[in-house]
Amino acid sequence: MKYETVIGLEVHAELATETKIYCSCANQFGGDTNTRCCPVCVGLPGSLPVLNARVVEYAILAGLAMHCNIAEQCKQDRKNYFYPDLPKAYQISQFDIPLCADGYVEIDIDEATKRIGITRIHIEEDAGKLLHAEGGNFSLVDYNRGGVPLIEIVSEPDMRSPEEAAAYLETIKSILQAIGVSDCKMQEGSLRCDINVSVRPEGQKEFGVRSECKNVNSFRAAVRAIRYERDRQIAVLEAGGVVEQETRRWDDAKGESYVMRSKEEAHDYRYFPEPDLMPIHVDAAWVERLRKTLPELPQEKKRRYKSDFDLPDYDAGLLGASVGLATIFEATVTEGAKPKLVSNWLLGDISKILNEKGIEATEIPFDGKALFELLAFIENGTITGTIAKQVLPKMFDEGKSAKQIVEEEGLAQINDEGAIASLIQEVLAANEAAVQDFRSGKDRAIGFLTGQVMRASKGKANPGVIQAKLREALDAVK
Amino acid sequence: MHSLCKMTAHALSEKLKNKEISALELTKAQLAIIKEKEPEIESYITVTEDTALEKAAEVDKKLAAGESVSPLAGIPMGIKDNISTKGILTTCASKMLYNYVPPFNATVAEKLDAADSVMVGKLNMDEFAMGSSTENSYFKKTKNPRNTACVPGGSSGGAAAAVAADEAVFTLGSDTGGSIRQPASLCGVVGMKPTYGLVSRYGLVAFASSLDQIGPLTKDVTDCAMVLQEIAGWDKKDSTSLPAEKLSYISALTGECKGMRIGLPREYFGEGLDPNVREATLRAAGAYEKMGAEIVDCSLPMLAYALETYYLISSAEASSNLARYDGVRYGYRAENCKDLDELFLRTRSEGFGTEVKRRIMLGTFVLSSGYYDAYYKKALKTRTLIRQDFSNVFKKCDCILTPTSPVTAWKFGEKSENPLQMYLADLYTVSVNIAGLPALSMPYGTDDGGLPIGVQLIGNTLCENTVLRAAYALEQDTSTGKTEVTAR
Repeated sequence: MKYETVIGLEVHAELATETKIYCSCANQFGGDTNTRCCPVCVGLPGSLPVLNARVVEYAILAGLAMHCNIAEQCKQDRKNYFYPDLPKAYQISQFDIPLCADGYVEIDIDEATKRIGITRIHIEEDAGKLLHAEGGNFSLVDYNRGGVPLIEIVSEPDMRSPEEAAAYLETIKSILQAIGVSDCKMQEGSLRCDINVSVRPEGQKEFGVRSECKNVNSFRAAVRAIRYERDRQIAVLEAGGVVEQETRRWDDAKGESYVMRSKEEAHDYRYFPEPDLMPIHVDAAWVERLRKTLPELPQEKKRRYKSDFDLPDYDAGLLGASVGLATIFEATVTEGAKPKLVSNWLLGDISKILNEKGIEATEIPFDGKALFELLAFIENGTITGTIAKQVLPKMFDEGKSAKQIVEEEGLAQINDEGAIASLIQEVLAANEAAVQDFRSGKDRAIGFLTGQVMRASKGKANPGVIQAKLREALDAVK
Repeated sequence: MHSLCKMTAHALSEKLKNKEISALELTKAQLAIIKEKEPEIESYITVTEDTALEKAAEVDKKLAAGESVSPLAGIPMGIKDNISTKGILTTCASKMLYNYVPPFNATVAEKLDAADSVMVGKLNMDEFAMGSSTENSYFKKTKNPRNTACVPGGSSGGAAAAVAADEAVFTLGSDTGGSIRQPASLCGVVGMKPTYGLVSRYGLVAFASSLDQIGPLTKDVTDCAMVLQEIAGWDKKDSTSLPAEKLSYISALTGECKGMRIGLPREYFGEGLDPNVREATLRAAGAYEKMGAEIVDCSLPMLAYALETYYLISSAEASSNLARYDGVRYGYRAENCKDLDELFLRTRSEGFGTEVKRRIMLGTFVLSSGYYDAYYKKALKTRTLIRQDFSNVFKKCDCILTPTSPVTAWKFGEKSENPLQMYLADLYTVSVNIAGLPALSMPYGTDDGGLPIGVQLIGNTLCENTVLRAAYALEQDTSTGKTEVTAR
């Protein structure tokens, strides 16, 4: 039998506000354990929360960017459960009246655009982190992350494949980065997700029984966990079994999930309105003011890049989705570079370096002007393309301009015909076999010899001059 | 020197300003009385002798330098042990917090310190403020100074007894369902619960967040106004604190109440009311009439649902507020636990007393899925109706006069075996918290056995001045035969 997979996602994104959600502690990743906390975020007796207005603002921006309705009035609720990383034994969250609801985002999948519904976006506080001492029979708790503001973005069960889920996650990330409310650094845990998966025989209207999978900490893990869960559920059904409603935990190292809690063991969170905080009033004028500050969103950018710069769909999509790449792309083009050339460098060598370094495009240490200088050097013959690929990593590591690097390291292209001619004589003398091949009509030998001359010049010789002079020299010995 | 500590804060303030006495002398006298009376009364959990003497010496320097000081400067006072005091044990009278020392001051503690009053100690109470007799303290049983065979009331029993026994000139208590007014009534002192949000709750260890309010217990109405003046005011650290205009409470104390409309709600004179208390309350109404106030017959029918509403809301909030005591970070921690669940379970089973556990279980139950609508949600609806009840009455009255407690102080153990009997002691006080209103209890005569009777004056939201004006007029009145309350 053929099955259809139904996927819904809950994304938790840390908001990049300066301070935490209910106190004035700095909202910063890292720091020595338990140094970024105060009586409020460690929930000491008698401490009280005060809502950071910026958190509401950021959540509204996210809601607007995802076409949500913004509640005129909402409240915060307590979600009660015991765990050592939750110092009040309740998390302040939002239960029945979220700040934002009923929106959607558009994802691009297989050359088409699909709408994924956003059920709700609400604000809540993050918990601390358990540290398990190696070999010890105890755990420690670091409350630095406690009280870091989060938004939880809950999608409708609108996705039908792991690929759609991945596209959805990339879209959410690109939107949050574009509007500047979250840096979405997966490795720092600022974007996490829970996945809900069910399967049903193709053509069936009713949803199958779903499971929820927690502890999914990267987009790659999300795709793997969805595939795993889809296959597991299909196997259960094929074997004549019944899928149980349960909460599972993803083990990324093992590539499998296991049952955390069955339906019977599900927590009763005993939600009730947080009496220490007043209801949140959002007046329409505030929402409109925020709407006006929304920047161009990734989808809009993509369309513009295609129409204004004639970029292919693939290039426009990738550049539009990344605030960092889009910023440097536009700046470099504004300086006068050819759009497709800039795109090639950004999506090629520059992206490769970003991946190697594990940093975000927003962290590229040079601007569009600097990149333009590098590209212009290639264009005007100051350096060769090969040299440019050597200069680029140095621009990342040494923070110097292309011009500085080229000058300091003597990397400028050699255009002097005499100099190149003497290099050619050396190469021909050292490679008699190749010269012999050429003489016997093997044109391939030209390529080899060109490479040797380039090598002898340490990549600096002008390729056009090499070509011309090499021909001359070979013709002379023919 | 003992007679000094019988005096009110406003009288002592004059003596300090006129340099008839020094703050250090006064504090030493206060500490001496505490030393003498504590073995019997047991009002205090912690006496802060050293810091009190230091503070008094500091105040004397300011006075000598002619610096302008607050009327409370140099006045010895005590604070209920559920109000956080930086560097000083704050136990909530619970084994759970037997060793807990807060790293910060409650806003009220900060304000009283800034006003240069001298804290002499932290006061006994029912564990986590749950109770009406202070018998639920993990540490000790405070005696009623008017009759030491009797309870002082609760939960601010230590705070009321300390004032009644001259072990403090004034104290701060907290009132969630009557915890300031009821013990004030039973011990024969003045106690006031301000409008919800008038006084910051920052640093008050939460029992029921939407009901808790800090207030003064004092020897007279003038002191009450003086202390309220210092502790009231918006606090950015408490989101539920009200951005209200700062009033002068002392200026409300005019001594007259002509034309004031004082409501007598019929329902507050029903079954279970001690005849002595009924008689005293009606006598107070008579006194008001003689002073030219108008007595208005009125009705608060939702009183019938007040206790149920109170116990549902307060227990629900308490079950969540007290969940943080899990043995992980501070306070009591069960030994030799084999895993996390056992740590949670045993810490909480061993660290909390019976009454606290009863309320946590009740609160957990009423918030559970499947019961939430029937109990908690319904209680919130009743809360709205109780508020409406009061706002209807305040259309035709300025102030409401009722008994504070249906009975006078009872003997130790008399009600502690029967929680429902104990809960009834709060019948007349809980509605005020549910509606968030200001109310004051003041002594008005004694019963046949010489035990103090308290009457309660309830005002509309932020109408503390109306309540204080009415209370002061009654206190000054000598026309009816109210008997002076004195310690036996």
